[in-house]
Amino acid sequence: MRSAEHVPAAVLDRYATGGAGIGADALWAIEAHLEGCAPCRERLGEAVARRSPETVSLLARVHANLTTEMARSRQMPARRLPRRVARWVPPGLWPRLAMTLLVVAAALGLDLAGSRVLPSLVLLVAPVAPLLGVAAVWSVGLDPAHELVVASPRAGFYMVLRRSLAVLVVVMPALTAAGWLTGASPARWLLPCLAFTAGALALGELIGLRVAAGALALAWTAGVITPSILAARTPLLLEPASLPYWAGLIAVIAVALVLRRDAYTGLRSDTWFVR
Amino acid sequence: MVRAVSAAETAATTYASAIHAEGLRVRAGRRMAVDGLDLSMDTGVHGLLGPNGAGKTTLVRSIATVLRPAGGTLTVLGEKVNGRIDLRGLRRQIGYLPQEFGFYRRFTVREFIEYISWLKEMPAAETPGAVQRAIERVGLADRADHRMKTLSGGMVRRAGIAQAIVNDPRILLLDEPTAGLDPDQRMQFRALLRQLGTDTCVLVSTHLVEDVAAACTDVVLIDNGRLVFQGVPADLAAAAGEDAGAGDSAAERGYSAILRRHRETASSPETAS
Repeated sequence: MRSAEHVPAAVLDRYATGGAGIGADALWAIEAHLEGCAPCRERLGEAVARRSPETVSLLARVHANLTTEMARSRQMPARRLPRRVARWVPPGLWPRLAMTLLVVAAALGLDLAGSRVLPSLVLLVAPVAPLLGVAAVWSVGLDPAHELVVASPRAGFYMVLRRSLAVLVVVMPALTAAGWLTGASPARWLLPCLAFTAGALALGELIGLRVAAGALALAWTAGVITPSILAARTPLLLEPASLPYWAGLIAVIAVALVLRRDAYTGLRSDTWFVR
Repeated sequence: MVRAVSAAETAATTYASAIHAEGLRVRAGRRMAVDGLDLSMDTGVHGLLGPNGAGKTTLVRSIATVLRPAGGTLTVLGEKVNGRIDLRGLRRQIGYLPQEFGFYRRFTVREFIEYISWLKEMPAAETPGAVQRAIERVGLADRADHRMKTLSGGMVRRAGIAQAIVNDPRILLLDEPTAGLDPDQRMQFRALLRQLGTDTCVLVSTHLVEDVAAACTDVVLIDNGRLVFQGVPADLAAAAGEDAGAGDSAAERGYSAILRRHRETASSPETAS
């Protein structure tokens, strides 16, 4: 820059004592130069120390005051965990997740205690286990700040997916552990589990997530869990032979989900979305 | 504390008024709560008055892009809300305090407002400063690190106002913001409103006529989902005229007189036409 022209020492001295007798235009030029020139700022510091005892004492006073002020003021509290976690799991979701874990634990307990004649309860419950949490992902009753969430720019499919993923991250390891103890391998229930989760989200675009998740869980309980327990055999749907069909179903649901993704963004006249 | 103003904020607008409704109809459940409303609002503080069930909350929710209008047109910041619009861009410029303000009880005030600013997609670098500024503007700085559940009703309301203004919105929608505030806090709130109204379109829904008379630049009175009166507070006070309507202040008398006249003409349409 204009480094060749440094501020003359005499001008700096006058500037340090209040700038009397320096024209406004010269003052601008001096200050513009000082902003970009460290050596001149250093010389200004020396000039102030030499020529202007009142500035020096003012600085010392401010320094002393700030030191006592800072010693007295409270520290910013350390960042707490909930702040970050809430971006994935809103506080209203935690009780639902705890309930899900309890259900899985109960199924596991019955499996371990019961006879080997019945099909594994963990295996039967696994496909619908995430639905309890998924139902609470986007509903006014279970998220106190839902009205604020719905009116925010982040509202929409991405937010629903994000929270559903958080549900799966909690539920999946629990199911895997329970399945490992009872011999219900994840290979048999993983695809059905994903299909039900995605299915609830897709159906939720039409009738509301809470109703959709409830309907699917009820259908599975009535159509598969109850007959299997009564007949005391593992349903065909959870045999390895059915896996290609589940995979196909997931693909179809994924397409439907993406096509109608705007449904969660809001602006609904249907009451389910907001109430 | 000052903040940098981005070019987008100072850009000239291409719309005539921030909020414009024509024949707007919005359903609340089965009922048509807003039914043929014509309204136009721009920068300033607009007091939305009306009896219970007049459609105030439904109107505010539709402007907040929560409810879809069932008919008519609603234009917010130049964007028609009925059509397929970029809701994200619009929602970033709106601040909204719902009537039933739900919050996370275990969060501190600062954490909650930071969460809301994350929801509003504010840049992470600006968030702490914006949150602190919003908290200071509503006078909650000394409680910023207290949990939400330890706050009194008036403080919760103020935290609600803080979360609404944290993104420096162009449109600020406050549904019953003064409920639970003591007289001193209401005075502070009115000062804040006046300050916000210089560059923001503020819509304050309230039952309290004196709030409107004291702090608003514009009064909007609706009944049964229709606009009954829009004008400056002085017009509201003058509307009482000679007939002594119910009320203790001129503005309250004007409010009840306008409502009564409107209902008389509405109940006898042949005399009105």
